[in-house]
Amino acid sequence: MVSGEQTPTQYIKHHLQNWTVGEGFWAVNVDTIFWSVLLGVLFLWSFRRVAKKSSAGVPGKWQCFVEMVVEFVDNSVKESFHGKDKLIAPLALTIFVWIFLMNLMDLIPVDWLPTAAMYTGYWLGFVNDPHDVYFKVVPTTDLNTTFALSLSVFALIIIYSIKYKGIKGFAKEMTFTPFNHWALVPVNFVLESITLLAKPASLALRLFGNLYAGELIFILIAMMGLFQLPAHFIWAAFHIIVITLQAFIFMMLTIVYLSMASSEH
Amino acid sequence: MDINATIIGQTIAFAVFVWFCMKFVWPPIIKAIEERQKKIADGLSAGERAQKDLEKAQEDIAEQLKEAKQQAAEIIEQAKKRGAKIVEDETQRGHEEREKIVASGHEEVEAERHRAREELRKQVAVLAVTGAQKIIEREIDENAHRDIVEKLVAEL
Repeated sequence: MVSGEQTPTQYIKHHLQNWTVGEGFWAVNVDTIFWSVLLGVLFLWSFRRVAKKSSAGVPGKWQCFVEMVVEFVDNSVKESFHGKDKLIAPLALTIFVWIFLMNLMDLIPVDWLPTAAMYTGYWLGFVNDPHDVYFKVVPTTDLNTTFALSLSVFALIIIYSIKYKGIKGFAKEMTFTPFNHWALVPVNFVLESITLLAKPASLALRLFGNLYAGELIFILIAMMGLFQLPAHFIWAAFHIIVITLQAFIFMMLTIVYLSMASSEH
Repeated sequence: MDINATIIGQTIAFAVFVWFCMKFVWPPIIKAIEERQKKIADGLSAGERAQKDLEKAQEDIAEQLKEAKQQAAEIIEQAKKRGAKIVEDETQRGHEEREKIVASGHEEVEAERHRAREELRKQVAVLAVTGAQKIIEREIDENAHRDIVEKLVAEL
């Protein structure tokens, strides 16, 4: 709903603005950090509860669910990543569940939390005008989140490449593939660098793009008046797939990239 | 939408979450899952084994039952045969005994009769001789006519 004297443009812009503290590069999107950390802690706390009590006996309902998720991730890892690694499976689980939860925030009607935040901020006296409070609740519609994830994965790709192939092996891969000839080393290097850099970029932008677009459509639907109810329902139902799929794709590609980094060609 | 220091915070948060998950969440859960999988697999194989044992036992039982029935039938058959044989034998023996008894009775009777006749003959002979002697005493010499007398006796 378009509240008060806001124009549609203002409304959309307002919804896409982070709650930022600080200036320039050192500014921090408080809402992004808040929600992502909250959801991450929720994930770890709820799974840790199962982990503490876990036994081979008859599992409870929540334990069953958690084990289902864990086993799903474990199977995905085992299918793609050959070899033993203590990090990859928990990494994949964290990525999958955390991204899923952050994406899930998209299903909360777009006005609820921002409006609540607006009036809370106003009543608490932080701002004079409720519209000065910005509150974006989906952390994955913030490039900072998606790039933080993808660059961490990128760092792991390089670490794994060096760990499994050695610096020489990694350098050789960067310069002697795909054309195994010394004269083509510069060409190879350019090609391989693009391939390497495209991985984190595509990971981050795919997730961001999907969720940002989805969020934007939710905002547009929210301006439709009464018809927003069925429209919202349809788009939300469809979006459930996007949410899950994007979390899964991010996890799967992470596994595949690390698997590629750690195996000889 | 700009890239700012949030990315650092998010990276740190991500690293901490992954570390926590790797340290405290993943290992116990996956251990429990694997243990349970093993337990279930063991249970299933035990169940299968038991099922096989049961089937085998049932087969054995059926086999034994069949054998027992056959044996019982054989035994009954034998018993019947033997009973029939015994009856037959006894009947046979009875017959024989009777024949024997009857035969010996006949023999005895025959012997008795024979003896009596012999006796009678002897007495008749003696009587005849005595009679003849008495008749002929006056005129016939006993020694001269003995062969006639004996011939007479033999004809009796």
